[in-house]
Amino acid sequence: MTIERHNYDVLVIGAGGAGLRAAVEAREAGLRVAIICKSLFGKAHTVMAEGGAAASMGNVNDKDNWQVHFRDTMRGGKFLSHFRMAELHAKEAPDRIWELETWGALFDRTKEGKISQRNFGGHEYPRLAHVGDRTGLELIRTMQQKIVALQQKDGRETGDMESGIKVFAELTVTDILKENGKISGAYGYWRETGAEVLFEAPAVVIATGGVGKTFKITSNSWEGTGDGHALALKAGANLVDMEFLQFHPTGMVWPPSVRGILVTESVRGEGGVLTNNLGERFMFKYIPDVFKDKYADNEAEADRWYEDQDNNRRPPELLPRDEVARAINTEVKSGRGTEHGGVFLDVSKRIPAETIKKRLPSMWHQFYELAGVDITKEAMEVGPTCHYVMGGVEVDPDTAAAVGVPGLFAAGEVAGGMHGSNRLGGNSLTDLLVFGRRAGAAAAVYVKSNGKNPVSEAAVTAAAAKIQAPFDREGGENSYSLHAELQEITHNLVGIIRTGTELKEAIEKIAEIRARSANVSVSGGRKFNPGFHLAFDLDNMLLVAESTAKSAINREESRGGHTRDDFPVMNDKWRQINNISSFDGNKVNIREQALPAIPKELFELFDIHELEKYMTPEEIAKGGSN
Amino acid sequence: MARNIKLRIWRGDATDGGLKDVVVEANEGEVVLDVIHRVQATQMGDLAVRWNCKAGKCGSCSMEINGKPRLACMTQVASFGEEETITVTPLRAFPIIKDLVTDVSFNYKKAMEVPAYEHPQELAPGQARMQQVDVERSQEFRKCIECFLCQDVCHVVRDHEENKKSFAGPRFFIRIAELDMHPLDMLKNRKKTAQEEHGLGMCNITKCCTEVCPEHIRITDNAIIPMKERVVDIKYDPARWLGSKIRRREGL
Repeated sequence: MTIERHNYDVLVIGAGGAGLRAAVEAREAGLRVAIICKSLFGKAHTVMAEGGAAASMGNVNDKDNWQVHFRDTMRGGKFLSHFRMAELHAKEAPDRIWELETWGALFDRTKEGKISQRNFGGHEYPRLAHVGDRTGLELIRTMQQKIVALQQKDGRETGDMESGIKVFAELTVTDILKENGKISGAYGYWRETGAEVLFEAPAVVIATGGVGKTFKITSNSWEGTGDGHALALKAGANLVDMEFLQFHPTGMVWPPSVRGILVTESVRGEGGVLTNNLGERFMFKYIPDVFKDKYADNEAEADRWYEDQDNNRRPPELLPRDEVARAINTEVKSGRGTEHGGVFLDVSKRIPAETIKKRLPSMWHQFYELAGVDITKEAMEVGPTCHYVMGGVEVDPDTAAAVGVPGLFAAGEVAGGMHGSNRLGGNSLTDLLVFGRRAGAAAAVYVKSNGKNPVSEAAVTAAAAKIQAPFDREGGENSYSLHAELQEITHNLVGIIRTGTELKEAIEKIAEIRARSANVSVSGGRKFNPGFHLAFDLDNMLLVAESTAKSAINREESRGGHTRDDFPVMNDKWRQINNISSFDGNKVNIREQALPAIPKELFELFDIHELEKYMTPEEIAKGGSN
Repeated sequence: MARNIKLRIWRGDATDGGLKDVVVEANEGEVVLDVIHRVQATQMGDLAVRWNCKAGKCGSCSMEINGKPRLACMTQVASFGEEETITVTPLRAFPIIKDLVTDVSFNYKKAMEVPAYEHPQELAPGQARMQQVDVERSQEFRKCIECFLCQDVCHVVRDHEENKKSFAGPRFFIRIAELDMHPLDMLKNRKKTAQEEHGLGMCNITKCCTEVCPEHIRITDNAIIPMKERVVDIKYDPARWLGSKIRRREGL
């Protein structure tokens, strides 16, 4: 059999923000780069990011700086973020945003002509660079066009625009390959034809995004099937803290066809309020003690904050996402929800119609065209939707190198550690840029010092056999039905509120589906066959779900994006522990690993009374690790 | 309330194909992409359709619905009559791969032909100052989600394969206009090259592109016509021609 073969220095899997930023960096370091995307170029889920990109440029409030951003990030993640990732992110985010401007990005401006910044949940100052509510689109388009700029440069120099960087669109990777314990490349198929492709490359950057499709109600597109998480596990890498999933508090709940689609947090940042079916602005009841000094406990003060942020506390609608999601969940479960199982989010009473259309154009558009709701006149019905996975590949913070697999790198949502137990809105877009760049740079350094690592024929044969298998089976399981069953299990048993008994049941049921999935058969041919594509996506989602359920049962506390009804509060012991998932070829195993202690200079950025809410007296007495 | 609707789907590939009738359940509030997915999950497991976000933001599920280029995720089933058959076919201007999926690589080739943004060398990162009113003109064009419906509907290429070589299409006219109106872009002569290299002159302003744009970008009025007018100005007014050579930037 002859298969299509390609040879590159760096292979980037995923063409969202992190992947493209990594590709730019590796190419600018002089390497030949292949970018693989499951869909068309420029369609990655990054386009969905609405609110903005958090960077402490201080354009709107000059009190902002990286230290404040670092503190907000650690606080938002309930002190479970890897301190070094949060530090690098806070320090480098402004440069990454300004850099985009030199590539042609056009952010909204302040009166002085600087990049405008908006308020967002958990951020102390206005910090999110934005373009209306389509910031993700601006990021991806800017980088897509930067890639084209690099290709044009290569074209001028070599006569071939694709000589240095080539995009392989609509291609799925089924295996990451290793030889002698190090990365050697990847194997996959063209979605269009089903034909198989081998990529030989000594460095692979995984930038595949999230896992939302494991769940029933999600803001993620079909691509969010945890491919990178599963590929990394199978290649011998670890996943860290997969129990932490962010349920975005405000997804659309009506009509059913748009269930799960996101309503950006900017709606609340611009003055939207949450009410239940009694008309009560309920968020005042849900301000946790740790946030009492930062959030207003009465409507008058909350309303004043929009005009005077220095002398008033913030409205509780802007609490971190996990708090708002749980509050909505409680309201609905207590019978105070809307007819369709959500709560009301209203901007129409506070903001003039023209301002809404100007500040939140895509939201207005989305509700008007998809749901027939005019948000300038009536309230939206919203509720929690699976939005983001904080857990991910365990990486070295400085290089984004996957722990334990030389030549493998991971950046963006697929990487773990940066956001701890809960991500702040706006931190994702700058996470992509900061760590995408670091992954690309480190991959380049790795390739220059390690050189080629050819793929063996045995590895190719094994990878090819796996792709053919579902076609050779007849009358087996249907991948669509198995996927739907998995989503029911995760939704009902591994959702926002969890218990040990339900998680145990989930683990058993996921294992059962996994066993049945070995017998998936596919009808039709190889050519653009979604049933065939889903068979591979399903395998990835099952591994992710197993890792999530097993990490969740192990963590006996409630923190950020992990709430246990049977262990309802934070536990100091668990603040010091990461759950590490690994794969032994049959099943996911979990072990506990100590979280690195925060060094003295970062420790001292916090008020000691705040740290007392999260840390043990012994930790505080030590005052940091050095 | 669920009801059964009649759907007619084009199935086949580059060599052969035709319309297939199916009856499928539709629920209240659903869009055409929802019912196509239901057909896929229950009746035609290998039905090919491109989609991503299902929220009108990525521009992947472009197809022709009752002959009109549209996003399937933004087309409500309820917008058709109860007894009406909804016919879905692949984009006509591009080669068919399979079923509702076409080969849109033409657009990516054209994207590579538009010279990239050039940032002023003296302006370090973070130093740029632009007024909102000045960035808004380009921002309108940067709303483009690259669904390529405008490319599909444009009659210059819709039934004229031979024109594709010399015609970039509305999507890339707005890309050129965006760069041309970008307050900082340093590359000169964008309007002139739009005319001479990207086929702007072949457009005869029928506004079909504007009509199908799901982002409501005023492609013809705000991008194509201003560029055409300026091309005329630059080409035939000697004083302005001279001015464009003397001034640092071409921007008018």
